[in-house]
Amino acid sequence: MQGQMHGLAFDIAHLLAGGLVLVSFMQLYQDRLYALLNVFALHALVLALSVAWQAYIQNAPHLYVTAAIALVFKAIVIPVVLHRIIVRLGIHREIEKVVGVGPAMLLGIGLVALSMVVMLRVTAEADPLAREDLAFALSVVLLGLLMMVTRRNAVSQVVGFMSLENGLVLAATGAKGMPLVVEISIAFSILIAFIVIGIFLFRIRERFDSVDLQALDRFRGERG
Amino acid sequence: MIGWFNATAAVLLIPIVTAAVLAVLPGYRLTARLNVLAALASFLSALSLFFVRPPPGPYLLVDDLNNVFIVLTTFVGFTTSVFSASYISHEIEIGRLTAAHLRFYHAMYQVLMFAMNLALIANNIGVMWVAIELATLTTVMMVGIYRTHEALEAAWKYFILGSVGIALALFGTILVYMAARPVVGEGLDAMVWTILVAHAATFDPALLNVAFVFLLLGYGTKVGLAPLHAWLPDAHAEGPTPISAVLSGLLLNVALYALLRFKMLLAVNPLALAPGPLMVTLGLISLVFAAFMLYRRRDIKRMFAYSSIEHMGIITFAFGMGGPLANFAGLLHMTMHSLTKSAIFYAVGHIAQVKGTQKIADMGGLTVTNPALGWGLVLGVVAIAGLPPLGIFMSEFLIVSSTFARAPLLAVPLVIGLLVGLGALFLRLNGIAFGEPRGESAPAQASFVPMFAHLGLVFAAGVYLPPQLVAWFQNVARLLG
Repeated sequence: MQGQMHGLAFDIAHLLAGGLVLVSFMQLYQDRLYALLNVFALHALVLALSVAWQAYIQNAPHLYVTAAIALVFKAIVIPVVLHRIIVRLGIHREIEKVVGVGPAMLLGIGLVALSMVVMLRVTAEADPLAREDLAFALSVVLLGLLMMVTRRNAVSQVVGFMSLENGLVLAATGAKGMPLVVEISIAFSILIAFIVIGIFLFRIRERFDSVDLQALDRFRGERG
Repeated sequence: MIGWFNATAAVLLIPIVTAAVLAVLPGYRLTARLNVLAALASFLSALSLFFVRPPPGPYLLVDDLNNVFIVLTTFVGFTTSVFSASYISHEIEIGRLTAAHLRFYHAMYQVLMFAMNLALIANNIGVMWVAIELATLTTVMMVGIYRTHEALEAAWKYFILGSVGIALALFGTILVYMAARPVVGEGLDAMVWTILVAHAATFDPALLNVAFVFLLLGYGTKVGLAPLHAWLPDAHAEGPTPISAVLSGLLLNVALYALLRFKMLLAVNPLALAPGPLMVTLGLISLVFAAFMLYRRRDIKRMFAYSSIEHMGIITFAFGMGGPLANFAGLLHMTMHSLTKSAIFYAVGHIAQVKGTQKIADMGGLTVTNPALGWGLVLGVVAIAGLPPLGIFMSEFLIVSSTFARAPLLAVPLVIGLLVGLGALFLRLNGIAFGEPRGESAPAQASFVPMFAHLGLVFAAGVYLPPQLVAWFQNVARLLG
């Protein structure tokens, strides 16, 4: 019985962490900002569920706080605010493409394979739950990075960055007993990061009436 | 000795309390003076750490290694605040900054000092990470403060690349915790550096290796190592010059210090990979790359930003080589580079204000039109290029000679990089400091004290290093392994 319960706890944790990777893939091929933000909200929701499940099976009530932050702040507040911003900027219907869906997905699969190979090999000694969680987390981090480099739009880069941070939260919660210090700091840094981003978006809009970074790119390098 | 005075608390509390006060106080003269005073008080508190040192706790730690860095950081923080006062008054006169911006600027300056001190003093690798993240965010905001196209793009680029670096570093930190957990046990202890280093010999080496790669890439981005350096020249060129001075002189050091702490963990574990070769490779790539890039610079601040990449490469290389002599040289080089590069930025800040531009082509004959500035810059560049008898010559000489003794093949690219960089700097310096006067030549309303104080120290260190300092550095070099 005990073993079975353990197996079930295991399977659900895997299901949720794997789900997060899947949603990361969904983000990769969203070419409309509106849809991208919806998928990001889903990403944060899956993260919240995953963290809450970790809190339950690890018997670590403080992790519920992290889950709640993910749910309220990342799955609801940020997407809503960003929705408003892009509507006000009039870019919510825009389509952006830098790298095609095919290459991006292939790269993504490569990154996931890479993180599986690396993490599973080096964590052979660690307990199985943590090690597979870590492998999924690294995949999410790398997919977030991929998104940041394949997008030109400031809003999508921010979404890429936030999903990257989701991967970090997954890793931190998977590492059993990691002190609260770090969880709070993660939540806090996201908050600060968002304020910063808000200021930037505001300023960029104020200056250029556009958040397309390509508009800024002509100042790159030494031409100034 | 002095029961009520806790220096570690002071170097953290003074900046953060001052930041809160500066955020609300109006009036430029008052706030600039308060900024200087607070920086001086932090410096004096840091100095007292040499004499009285609190025992390490789960969050804070002062040992021989970080004591040097704390004193250096608070010292350069103090002199930069003096420079900043005269620099900013000019910026207000020409209307580039408004009163509201200024309050923000001063508050952020102290928050940055707080964050750097916290990163240095932290005994907990989580707290250290938070502090470096905070330092990054404050500098991002300061880089963007002029709100021009270029400043915004520089700040955005810095923000994105810095965040990615910071994220990778956090992943590395989590992996270190994972490696420590089976040995040290769950909870706070597994993140306390002093406990980690005591048990690191029995950590899982494979996990530690992967952790270090993430930490090297993550914090390496903040150090400005090529090919992760893309944010650095823009951030230096577009922000206010005092921030360029603090970035080059201090923040890069703080990130490298974090890397050194983790390197010490790996050094204890006999089965983990040797971190040396990785650091040597990144260091050499940065040095040679930056040395060649120096030739094509047309913006004076950008040029010295590339010079910072070059020197961080040299320092990383020295620590990568390891051993008492190379570590000693690395520490000395770090100190000398901080002092010299911030002095150069003090000069460059005033030069750019006098000329009304940062373009090298529009500057000329400075030693004739503005002798103090011109000769200050000449002296600074002579120092940074590594000519005798100044301090950097000595540290570079030690690095090169110890490399020749141990790995002659590595010394070849090292020397080539140094010479190429030297040539580029003198080529540009010749146009700026000598020859036909070009551009505006109004006398600079500036305080030259910080600049010449730094250069004086660098000169003094080149001529005579006090035996106490040598003994201290040798001791730290042994700690670094």
